[in-house]
Amino acid sequence: MPEKPSLDRRDFLKSAAVTGAAALDFTPARALVPAAIPPLPAQAAAPAQATAPIPPRETDPPATVELLTTDRPGGDFMVDVIKSLDFEYVAANPGSSFRGIHESIVNYGGNAAPEFITCCHEESSVAMAHGYFKAEGKPMAVLCHGTVGMQHAAMAIYNAYCDRVPVYLMAGNTLDATLRRPGVEWAHSVQDAAAMVRDFIKWDDLPISLPHFAESAVRAYKIAMTPPMMPVLLVLDGGLQEDPITSEINARLRVPKLTRASAPQGDSGAVAEAARLLVAAQNPVIVADRAARTPAGIARLIELAETLQAPVINQGGRMNFPTRHPLNQSANARQLVANADVIIGLELTDFWGTVNASRDSLVRTSRSVVKPGTKLISITALDLATKGNYQDFQRYPEVDIAMAADAEATLPALTEACKRLITADRRTAFADRAKRLAEAHGAALERARADAAYGWDATPISTARMTMELWGAIKNEDWALVAESGIMSDWTSRLWSFEKHYQSLGGSGGAGVGYGAPAAIGAALANKKRGRLSVTIQGDGDFLYAPGVWWTAAHHRIPLLAVMHNNRAYHQEMMHLQRMANRHQRGITRANIGTSIDNPNVDFAKIAQGLGVHAQGPITNPNDLGPALRRAIEVVKRGEPSLIDVVTQPR
Amino acid sequence: MKRLLLLALVLSAAVASHAQTPQRPAAATPAPAGNADEGKKLFVSVGCYQCHGYEAQGSNATGPRLGPRPMAFAAFSRYVRQPSGQMPPYTVKVVSDSDLAKIYGFIQSRPDPAKEIPLLKP
Repeated sequence: MPEKPSLDRRDFLKSAAVTGAAALDFTPARALVPAAIPPLPAQAAAPAQATAPIPPRETDPPATVELLTTDRPGGDFMVDVIKSLDFEYVAANPGSSFRGIHESIVNYGGNAAPEFITCCHEESSVAMAHGYFKAEGKPMAVLCHGTVGMQHAAMAIYNAYCDRVPVYLMAGNTLDATLRRPGVEWAHSVQDAAAMVRDFIKWDDLPISLPHFAESAVRAYKIAMTPPMMPVLLVLDGGLQEDPITSEINARLRVPKLTRASAPQGDSGAVAEAARLLVAAQNPVIVADRAARTPAGIARLIELAETLQAPVINQGGRMNFPTRHPLNQSANARQLVANADVIIGLELTDFWGTVNASRDSLVRTSRSVVKPGTKLISITALDLATKGNYQDFQRYPEVDIAMAADAEATLPALTEACKRLITADRRTAFADRAKRLAEAHGAALERARADAAYGWDATPISTARMTMELWGAIKNEDWALVAESGIMSDWTSRLWSFEKHYQSLGGSGGAGVGYGAPAAIGAALANKKRGRLSVTIQGDGDFLYAPGVWWTAAHHRIPLLAVMHNNRAYHQEMMHLQRMANRHQRGITRANIGTSIDNPNVDFAKIAQGLGVHAQGPITNPNDLGPALRRAIEVVKRGEPSLIDVVTQPR
Repeated sequence: MKRLLLLALVLSAAVASHAQTPQRPAAATPAPAGNADEGKKLFVSVGCYQCHGYEAQGSNATGPRLGPRPMAFAAFSRYVRQPSGQMPPYTVKVVSDSDLAKIYGFIQSRPDPAKEIPLLKP
């Protein structure tokens, strides 16, 4: 790294003050704090009029040579470090508190790896990074103001936290109060920028030097990517980004090596005991939620299920298991759980809710839905990281074996342990079980097809019809359902054939509305280079949270087919209001107040068009849907986003 | 409190099986005559559509399919008044017996789906 003439920020400002700000009697902080406090200058006590300085003229020679430029600011070194972490993109709504690193990214870094993705809202930046990770398997960086940007981003950060997704956050801030520009920079400065999100991120730091930044940047990446994965945050001081790199600091700069931590595996004794229970069980059930972090996770889960010929219930936090595999018994979950003698839960959000039912009535009640004596085995990395304030950890599950470990990493050892215990008798029993399960799988699929036929020609369009029109249009492509916002009666998982890890990415995590559109666009960005046809089912309420993200999709030419599930309501909340009104015997004629999105109906196609996105609709006749999809797919195949507004049944 | 809980558990168990099999053979007692067109309006205005869809086609997420061959009216009425699952209760104060009969008439009038739908073929 070449050494450059350097002057630290305070020296630079001192010089500036001498030449430019003498009339304001501005004295830099450093000049006021020498080794011993000097006496005040004599003229300071004299009458102002008698000693008023004469302002320098522009033609006057400068008292000293004022340094106005540098070609090696701190932000450049930050980019060196960030590049070493192999980020493809950094998403941000531009902000002055990170203008230094922004400029270094686009100029010094060449706006490549990472490339700057322009967002219109910090919630969009973070949710894009959230969706991107689940499609790509590595994090996206996000830049935002430490104050107003972090406030906007907070809900999306919470979603990522609940969904165990690493997002690499960097927030700008100006620490030195004596160097802040008057006005806005004060409003955009904070003592502890991470404080407002610390409850729902995994780690944060506030580097006070560039070497400190380098270590913390690499450490943050390692922490974020170790299960349980979660967002991390670095707060970047404005001076650290903008000030020239001094020769003294330059001598200390190096980019630390990143060594990823291996995922924690289950204790060998616990694995052996779990295998013993599973092999001996008459009716074992495997339940998976965020189990398959990578493509290998799906293969490992298939291997365990086929080794045991045990049913798999996919709760959908990740792709986990192919929908058309005969051991996929998600449609028969209730019956299987009720009859199980051993249930193993892999990275479940809610193990308690898997084995209990609760009722939202005037008196809230709950009951176990498993047989007495059913053995429960849990493998989840969440047991390694818990926080107390936000309550996403659900009720306490009373399990028999709890492995504080990553499920995907533990599956190979568990499967091998099972294989070692399988006798000829058990193999025969497994084969019988496999036959029964295959029949049940086929029956469930037929039942889903029969159910989908009801209301097929209805207006508003049935969600089953919309789902199958979409399936007909994409099933022969290399497709990926990157998000599904709004409740669609599980038609996609019941009727589509999901096989590959990128075809289903799970939900928002924290159920914070507004995830769907930006997460879909982030995942589509990851899929773009691979030529996949990214598809999202887009809720109307979700669309309206931060619709500027559609401009981001158009601006960066992110191909995505968005089909709207537009039921013209915050329908879940409408149902909650109905529940309250009925409970209070008042009827539901006013349940639409505050919950419907009509009068006027929102013209989503027009909004999307205004943001530069090809759009059609509103479509109310189901027969118009097929041709609209064909037109939209042509646009997406050209590399652009396209949206179809479909007016749908509620669910 | 314990008795309430026990009652709720029993009812909850009952509806769990009920929700899986929403359609039952009609009882010998004929359903009261209910105007289906008026029933259609009521089906929307009192909010049945919110969980069961505008065509009573149902959703596995919120409420089962109700038509075209609903359970016997007596059982239907009993469940609407005193549901044992997640469904909110509709008392007489909210939906009169005659309005309930009209809603039932609408559910009965739902058409069977087409036999052959190409997009639903394996």
